[in-house]
This record gives sequence, C-alpha cells and structure tokens, in this order.
Amino acid sequence: MPILLRGEWYDLRDLANPVRELIDGLGLVSEVDYVLWSLIASLAILTWLVLSVLAFIWIERRVVARMQNRKGPNRVGPAGLLQPVADALKLLLKEAITTRGADRLLFWLGPVIIFIPTIVVFAVVPFGESMVLADLNVGVLFMIAVAGIMTPAVFLAGWSSNNKYAMLAAMRTIAMLISYEIIQVLALLAAVIFIGSMNLQTIVSWQDEYNTWLIFIMPLALVAYLVAGAVEINRSPMDISEAESELAAGYHTEYGGIKFGFFYQAEYLAGFAIAASATTLFFGGWTLWGLEEWIPGWLIFLGKLYAVFFVYIWSRGTLPRLRIDQLMTFAWKFMLPLMILNVLLVAAEVVIWEETGASRNVALPAIGAVNAALAAVLVIGWARFLGHGSGRGRGYSATLTREVGKIYYTGAEAS
Amino acid sequence: MTIKSEPFVVNVGPQHPSTHGVFRLRLTLDGEKIIDADMVMGYLHRSMEKLAEERTYTQNIPFTDRTDYVASMTGNLAYVMAVEKLMGIEVPERAQFLRTIMAELQRIASHSMALGIFANDCGAWQTPVMHMFRDREKILDLFEMACGARLTLNYMRIGGVSRDIPDEWIPQAQKLMEDLPKRFAEYEDLLLHNEIIVARARGVGVLTPEQAMAHSVSGPMLRGSGVAWDVRKADPYAAYDKIDFDIAVGTNGDVYDRFVVRLAEMRQSLHIIEQALEVMPGGPVHERLGTATVQPGGQSIAPLAFRPPVGEAYARIESPRGELGYYIVSDGGPSPFRFHIRAPSFINLTPLKLMAIGATVADAIVILGSVDFVVGEVDR
Repeated sequence: MPILLRGEWYDLRDLANPVRELIDGLGLVSEVDYVLWSLIASLAILTWLVLSVLAFIWIERRVVARMQNRKGPNRVGPAGLLQPVADALKLLLKEAITTRGADRLLFWLGPVIIFIPTIVVFAVVPFGESMVLADLNVGVLFMIAVAGIMTPAVFLAGWSSNNKYAMLAAMRTIAMLISYEIIQVLALLAAVIFIGSMNLQTIVSWQDEYNTWLIFIMPLALVAYLVAGAVEINRSPMDISEAESELAAGYHTEYGGIKFGFFYQAEYLAGFAIAASATTLFFGGWTLWGLEEWIPGWLIFLGKLYAVFFVYIWSRGTLPRLRIDQLMTFAWKFMLPLMILNVLLVAAEVVIWEETGASRNVALPAIGAVNAALAAVLVIGWARFLGHGSGRGRGYSATLTREVGKIYYTGAEAS
Repeated sequence: MTIKSEPFVVNVGPQHPSTHGVFRLRLTLDGEKIIDADMVMGYLHRSMEKLAEERTYTQNIPFTDRTDYVASMTGNLAYVMAVEKLMGIEVPERAQFLRTIMAELQRIASHSMALGIFANDCGAWQTPVMHMFRDREKILDLFEMACGARLTLNYMRIGGVSRDIPDEWIPQAQKLMEDLPKRFAEYEDLLLHNEIIVARARGVGVLTPEQAMAHSVSGPMLRGSGVAWDVRKADPYAAYDKIDFDIAVGTNGDVYDRFVVRLAEMRQSLHIIEQALEVMPGGPVHERLGTATVQPGGQSIAPLAFRPPVGEAYARIESPRGELGYYIVSDGGPSPFRFHIRAPSFINLTPLKLMAIGATVADAIVILGSVDFVVGEVDR
C-alpha cells in the first residue's frame, strides 16, 4: 500500500523525501543544510526547465506542423527529436553580434534580465506536497512582482538595439503589459480573496480539502488570467510585440546567436510560469482528487501544466493577431470592468458564505453555478453593450451581379 | 501640456516578411499612425519589356510566365491573345475552352494564395497559408499533367495551347471540383467569418469607387469597391461568352470586401470550369500557322520565328489581379518593336498612399496584403 511508504527515502511520490534523507544523513550544521537544500532544489528546477523547453520546442513544432498539414522537423534524430539540440548548438556557435549604434551594455542586459524572472517564479511554485523551494506566505504576490520584471527587460532589448521595428515593438510591449498586468492581478486577486491566502501551497491544499478546483468556482478569472498570460508571453492572438508580419521579429529583431536563444527560451519559460500559476491556482496544483496518493504529485502537476501550455500552442496555430488599439480596447473597456465586478462578486460571496454559515456541499456548488451563469451573462451582455456580436462583427458574402458597370458601393462603415 | 513628437520613418522592406517579395514601403509614422507612405519599386526590375524587343514572338512567351509568377497561365494568355490579334489568327474552339479552364484554375490557385497570405499578414501564423497551399498544390498537379510545369507554365501558344490535356486529366479535375466547395465553405467560416479577421479588415483601407476608378484600379480591388467591372463580361475573350457566370462585388470598398469578392470569385471559377468541362468540344488545340508542324501525339510546335504584319495590338484579360493587358507594336520584323505590359499589380498599388494614410502600421500591412500584388509584375 502506498500509504506505508510515506516519508521513506524511496517514496518518490514526493521527490523532497530522498533529498531530505540524503541531507539528514550528512549530519551538517543547519545553515549548510539550508544552503545545500536550496542548491539541490534550484538545480532540479533548472534542469527540469531546460529539458522542458527543449521538449516543448520539438512538441510545439510538431504539433503546429500537424495543424498546418506539414510534418515538422523529422530529420535530426528519430522523429526529429534532436532538432532542439541542434538548434541550441547552432545558436551557441553563432556569433553574438552587437549592432553598431546599439547601447552595448543595455543590449547585453536585455536577454539576461528577461531570463531571470522567468526562472525565479518557479521558486514559489509547489510541485508536490513538500516540493516547494520557498514556501512564501505571499507566493502570489511574489509571482506577480517577479513576472513584472519582464516588462522593462523587453523594453530594454527593444530600445537598446537602435532598430525602429524593435523600438515600435518595445513601445507596444510597455503599453500592453501594463494594461494586462492589471487584469492578471485582478484575476488572481479574486482567487486569493476566495481562498483567503497568498500562499500557493495553502491554495493547493484548500482546493484539495474542499474537493473542488477554482476553475469551477470562477471560470471568468481563469479565462482572464490565461488571456493576460498570452499577452505576457507574446502568444497569438496577442503576439503584438513580436508581430512577425509587421515588425519582422519585434523587440528581438537585432539579436542573434545565443542572445536570441535567451529570448526564445524566456518565451517558453514565461509560458511555463503562466501555466504553472494557472495550474496551482485554478486546477488544484499537484492534487487530483485523491489520486495523488498513488500517482506522484509532481507528475500530476506537470501533466496539468503541460495541458495548460498546450492551449497556448493551439492558439498560436489557430488565431490571427489583434491590432494594438483593439487589444488595448479589449483590456480597458471589456476585461477591466468585468474583472472588477468579478472581484466584488467573489468578495460578496465570501462574506455571504461566512454570514450564513452554509455547509460547503451547498455553498460551493451554489457559488460555482452563480459565477458561471453570471460570467456568461456578463461577457455576452457587456459585449452587446459595447456593440459587438450584434451583426457588426460578423462576416458576410459578396453580392453577385451581371450588370457590367453598375456601382454597388454603399459607403464604408467606420470600424 | 502638449507632448512633442516628431515623425518617425520606418522602412517596410525591401527585406520584410510582409512585402511578398522585394518591395519597399517607406512609412512616416506618428506613434503608430501613418502620416505619409511612399512606395519604392524596382528591386526586381529585369527590363522584360526591353528584352522582349530582342526576341521573337514565340520566345517571349516564357517571359510572360515570369512577370506574374503566381498566375503565369493568365500572363501567357494575355500575351498570345495580343499576338493573335496582331496577326488575325482564329483560335480553335477546343483551345479556347482549354484556355478558359486553365485561366480559371489559375485564378483559384492565385486567389487562395492571396487569401492565405492575407491571413498570414493578419498574424495567423502560417496555418491558413499552408491549408491554401494544399488546394493550390492540387491545381498545380493538374497543370503539371497538362503541360509538365508547375509554376512557370508556358502552356499557351500563339494560335492555341501547347498540347492537348491527357485523358486522365478531366476525371482528376472533376474530383477536385467536388472537393473544393467544401474547402471554400471552410475558409469562409474559419477565415472570413472569424471575429478577429473581421475586426482587422472591416473599415480598413477604404477606397471609394470614384477613387478606385481615378487610380485605374482593376480586378478584385475595383469590385471590392462596388464597381461591377470584369473584363470577362465587359469584353469577353476565350470562351467566356459561351459560359454563364456572375460578377462578385462588394459594397464597402474595404480590405474585407476585397477578400469577400475573391472568395466569391473562386466559387464562380469553379462554376465556370464545371460548365467548360461539360461543353468543351473536341478537335485541334492549335491553329497551324506558317510552317507550324503537328508532331505525332498531337503536340504542335509553332514556328520559332515569323513576321506579323506592321501594326499594333492591345489585348486585355481579367487576370487574378485585375486587367492584364499586353500592347505590342510590330514593324514587320521577327520581334516586337514595342512590348508593353499593363500590369494590374503595379496600377493597383498606386492608391496605396491614399489608403494607408491615417491607418496604423498593422493596418498598412493588411492593406498591402489586400492589394495582392506580385512584385515580379510590379517591377517586370
């Protein structure tokens, strides 16, 4: 029985166990213990991240290729599996050019700074029951704060490379990220208010204890969070700061070699970070309705994380890009009011639940149903109110005629 | 407080993912807004019109493949029609029908590529383009069966077409005709009725019919502006007068309408091909002219050199991009004295400045995509 294994070093459901066993066996002073423990954990996280990025470069290329009637990379190694390795080697061997007129220091700093926050975020992410590097009681806040460092890094890269496309992309990025960070924070705020903790481990165990995931309680917050996440990691339909068809490669147009490699990796890492926080907050983290007793929690967590990340790959292979003003309108006019309402609603529900003292079996389904229904009503109603979905946004077909020379122009409508 | 800003000049191209070749657009920006736009052409200039004066009439046919390389069938057709007009040659009826069928297949291939690349310009990362290429590939297979080439076809000949289609061609074409309507419905649903595409394309790059006519715009751009003008109807050539079809027009003159018109035209093309395959008569596919010899197997070879009478001729057709015209002056020698191409890509680009000013950078790319120009034809 798996229960019997608990706490033993060979209990691999929680990888912290063997490490703890190892460190305890060494019998060091507690300070050294602490440092060693952190080093091992950081190294483990880093290794996992690098391997995941390599794997997902291949997965993304293969999956998108399937969506596009292609085969994708299939030449290097079996089924093209070594393609990411070949890519990485190529990037490493290429000369890292600094363009003339670029601000050399900032140009170099850009890729470095963008790389750090995307890794640091994983310090607070609980991979398993005790598998968390820093069990901060302000984990959510830490995540948001660290992810915010990406904005100046992108701007640095765009501005310092002395390239007009990069500059335009940098300006777009700043405008976009500032707008969507608010939405991201409001989405997470609703979750934090409902659970009453900013500690990610507590958030997971709350979802485990109450036998529900937050996605069922506040679907609107999850959608908003994923949309804001897509903005943060430059995924279509929000890949405006890269905007291949408009701005060549956006803010990293001038970067080559491993400097570009850093941006490329940071994009995936940031994607994993968004997926990790969405998994932890909205999908129950490493728990799976009791199955975590048998399946290692970290496997459950990674499975959920990859599933969330897959949504981004999917959207990249499917959707066209919005224009910057449309994206900003969407943020400020559409999502911001909805998210504020969502926060107020959740806060009210928490108070009502406490006042009435209803049992969780009644309260949670009721709140979930109310929130889902309200989300649908609000999204549709607010869209209608702003003038969408009432026919104007819909496509139409051409007029067919045989009268040569007749003019059918009725005047263009403003968009 | 007023914020001081200064204009910002951005070169889109000649090396840029969205200029569809080596075309340069010089945008002067105020933030994201375009306050001025200049086109710089000529990066792909190969002086075809001058070179053509050094070659015989038959040798010039491959040049016409390489002007509009996305639709070489129609390029061939316009040129050979001009020479036929000059020489007063009557083309056999089967050849007329074959020309019609090929030109319409080419229109479907070209329009589907335009639609896919437009989606690409809108930011749908390669997926629509790849799906469009799937259809285009089937059409190129048909071309390969008919003439052995896929891109630079060189199929039309002065007095007919280079060879008759093989027996298995018609069943394969009919199979494609059965498949394509489903695909078109898919594209309409997924692309043209896509909320984001609609948001990106509607009301952008508006060209009123007056402006369009003043700039001599033709093709889907003109019809998108609501003018029902189609050379196939207005001045029928090949077998179009024997076939029943409609002109598709838009009503708003924006980017969206241009693509709505293109999709409707693809459907009309299918309709035309179906009819043409049904009523196509048998017989020769090539008029004997001068010392032309018909080889065993039906392949006919036009003489490499002949001397048309002194005179001039202009022939125009509705190419996928618009009114494609060839103007040829003969001084009685074996090669044209003057050879001029009225290139729709080039002329349709002229109102670009008008459409781009006041739009954003992202709009400019979409507008550029909606013109559906081929740089080979712009620069020649």
